[in-house]
Order: sequence, then C-alpha cells, then structure tokens
Amino acid sequence: MSESVLYEAPGPRARLRARYASVLTGLVLLALFGWVIYRLAQGGEFTYEKWGPLIDPTNESFTPLWTLLGKGLGNTLLAAGWSILFSLVIGTILALTRVTAAAWYRWAVVGVIELLRGTPVVVLIFFAYQALPVMGLDLPVMWSLVIGLTAYNCVIIAEIVRAGIDSLPRGQSEAAYAVGMRRGQVMFNVLLPQAFRAMLPALISQLVVVLKDTSLGFTISYPEFVQRGETAIENLGNPIQLYLFIALIFIVINYTLSKLAVYTERRLSRGRKSSATAEPESAATTGD
Amino acid sequence: MQVLIDNYHLYLRGLGTTLQICLYAGLLTLVVGTFIAGCRVAPLTPLRAFGTAWVTVFRNCPLAVVLFFMAFGIPALGINASYFVFGTIGLALYTSAFVCEAIRSGINAVSPGQAEAARSVGLGFGQTLRLVILPQAVRSIIPPLGSVMIAMIKNSAIAGAFGIGGDLYAVGIRQSSAQGEEIIPVLLGVALGYLIITIPAGLLLGYVERKVAIAR
Repeated sequence: MSESVLYEAPGPRARLRARYASVLTGLVLLALFGWVIYRLAQGGEFTYEKWGPLIDPTNESFTPLWTLLGKGLGNTLLAAGWSILFSLVIGTILALTRVTAAAWYRWAVVGVIELLRGTPVVVLIFFAYQALPVMGLDLPVMWSLVIGLTAYNCVIIAEIVRAGIDSLPRGQSEAAYAVGMRRGQVMFNVLLPQAFRAMLPALISQLVVVLKDTSLGFTISYPEFVQRGETAIENLGNPIQLYLFIALIFIVINYTLSKLAVYTERRLSRGRKSSATAEPESAATTGD
Repeated sequence: MQVLIDNYHLYLRGLGTTLQICLYAGLLTLVVGTFIAGCRVAPLTPLRAFGTAWVTVFRNCPLAVVLFFMAFGIPALGINASYFVFGTIGLALYTSAFVCEAIRSGINAVSPGQAEAARSVGLGFGQTLRLVILPQAVRSIIPPLGSVMIAMIKNSAIAGAFGIGGDLYAVGIRQSSAQGEEIIPVLLGVALGYLIITIPAGLLLGYVERKVAIAR
C-alpha cells in the first residue's frame, strides 16, 4: 500500500506547508549532524595524524594498513564463502532427509534445528573454538569460525530449501512421477533445480547475514576484517576513523548484495503467472 | 556437570542480567523503531531520507562494528556512561532498523481498499490510520516483530562478548577461560540459558501468530 492512499492529494496550501516543514526538519537534521562533526573536530578527530594512514598514499603507514585490512577482508570473504557453501550442502541434506526419513529421524532433525536456532551464533562459534580441541579435533581457527557459522546457518538454509520445494506447484512432482521417475530422480532432476532457482533471493539475503556474522571472528581472534582493524587501531590509535571505514565497506558490500537479491527476485518472478519465490521469514529481516 | 550445579547462582544472575539488557534494549528499540518507521512513511522528504539512511546503515553493518562504535565514538562526542548503557543502546539501535521494517511491511500489508473505503466514508488521515489501518496492521506486525525480538535476545550475547559484565555469555567465558573450568559443560549451561528464553518465546510467538492470523 503506498502512503498516498492515506490522504487526499495536497492542495497548494498544504504543499507549501509541507515544503516549509521539509526545510525545517532538514535544517534540524543538518544541525544535529553539524553538532556531531563539531564535537568530533573539537576532540581532534579530523587531524592528519588520524586520517593520514587511511587516505594518504605517501603516508608511511598507508601500505601496511591497506595490506592488513585487505588480507582481513579476504579472510572474512573466505570464511563467509566456506560457511555458506557448507550450510547449503548440509541444509539441503537436512531438508531432503526430513521429508523422506523415518519418524524418529524427523524428530531428531527438528530437535537439532530448534537447539541450533535458539542458541546465539557467538556461543556456537566459541563452542566450536573451545570444545572441539577438547574433543580431540584440532583445527585452524578459521574452521572453528566456519563450523560455528555453518551450525547456525545450515538449519536456516534447510528451512529455505524446504520452503523452496514447497513453493513449487504439485503438478511438477505429479508429472515427474507420471512419466515413471523414481523418488530420487523426481527430487534431483525436477524439484531441486527449480527450488534452487526460487530460493536464490533468500540465499543471497542469507549471505548478508553470514558476512555480518563473520565479524564475530574477533571473539576467537580469527584475523578477519574487524579483528585486523582492531590490530591496526592498537598501533595507530584512530578507532573512530577505522571503524567508520570498516562499517562503510560492510555497508557497501551488504547493500549491493541485498539489491542483488531484490533484483534476482524481480527477474525470477517476471514472466511467470504466479511468483514462485521461496520467502520464509529469513534471518535477514530479523537481524539474527 | 558439577561446575553448573556448584555455580548455578552465577548462571542465574547472568540470565537475569541478560533479561535486563533485553528489557531495556527492547523498550528502547520499539520506541526508536516506531519513530524511524514513522519517518519512512512521512510526507517530508528529509525525514524519509533520514529513515532510509538509518535502516540501510544499521541493517548492513555487523552488530560488532556498531558496538565498537558505541564504545569509541560516543565518548568522543563528550558523552560518558557505563559500558552497560552503551552496549544496551547499541543493541537497541541495531535492532531498531529491523523493528522499523517489520512495522513498515505491516502497514504495507493492509490492502489499499481499506484506506480508500475509510476515506470515502469521510475519515481524515489521522482517523484512517488510527481506526482502520493500524488495528489491522498490528496483526501482521506481531509475528515478524516477535522474531526480531528473539533475534535481539540472542544478539545480546554479542554485547556480552564486548564485556558488558555479568550477562550469561560473559559468565560462561569467565568460568571457562579465567577460572579454568571445563569448557563443554560451561558452554552447554550458557546455551541452555539462552534456550530457556528463546524456545518458549518461539512457541509463544507461534501461538500468538495463529491467534492473530487473518484468513486471506
């Protein structure tokens, strides 16, 4: 529903009033922004000392800082990539076996899903980091992060896959059975390929969540983007500037990804009678 | 398991602190989120731009970075408070973007015919919104809002990782790393503490969802 149905089209006087009010609120917001800038300037946050390493290529700290952050970002993307890949594989297996298997197995899967969904992801990551070595599984620190993230995200992906399969018209599987396909063939040749197409937007949104959560690698000192930023701050003493920069990079990447999700969703629903995109309530909309 | 039984009071206090953080952050985030949602549907362009920018920033920025900002940025503005306050505010601001989107999508879920019908019987803007749109929107706002709140409870662990002293996660970390207790029972205890909150909350939410569901 667009907001314009809520009120009549404004006449000349209402338009004038709206314009004054716009200017006024604009000024108030600008004043607020200005105050923040002023206080930061007073605190010496706009000096060359604080910004130089970040923006001036001739600064001696420039190259090491960018190398450090670049590697950190690389590690972030690497961990996120592995996590989403594993989550996808395990999530698909969970979703498929849940449909077909025996009752006790289904209940076990539901139990695991509830347990993993109800626990904070930072606890899972810490668990993977601390408990796996105790159990005799000594892995590099990246894998602790990947395992923690995978444990948390695979159950969400499982829900997305299930919703993706459910969103397909019944006729698809009926037709496949009618031409004599077996259950496995129906799943892998007919349902899954279409389900993945329908799931694509939700999967991309989930990637945003995973990317954000890799920043929790700092709790187990995995050298990802935020943790590398911290290291740099210890040496350079410019937390505000560096965190601004880190936030900006995250926002740019994630904003692009969410736009991509919207774009794929629109493309997929175009040229179809019913929009069959899987849209369970994703973690991307709850801030998980 | 002995460590859990011996120190159960620590865990209970941790659970209490977690609930306290969530209560304050929850109230604050509802206020801020509703305000931002109001900004986003307001007829004034600067307010709309502000609302959009707010949501874009807080939705796409990891909570960890938001909390770092709270810890370093706010003192730089000359405001001093305890980390408990900063952590709670940071959590609330981060969540407010999601609260805002839940409310906005709830308003958008009410069919335009409702507003048109209300206007055609002569109700004004305020009356339309108050008497017709919002009562119906609440039904579609509650389920996503509940999920947002459950996510916030889990995210409070991240605020704990930053050293808001004494919440459930912080208690677990201290027990395992500083006091050298066995890690597995401690972390299971911490996880159990969160599950005690999140699973009943999820069930309650499912119940409410069925109660307020509209047959469309």
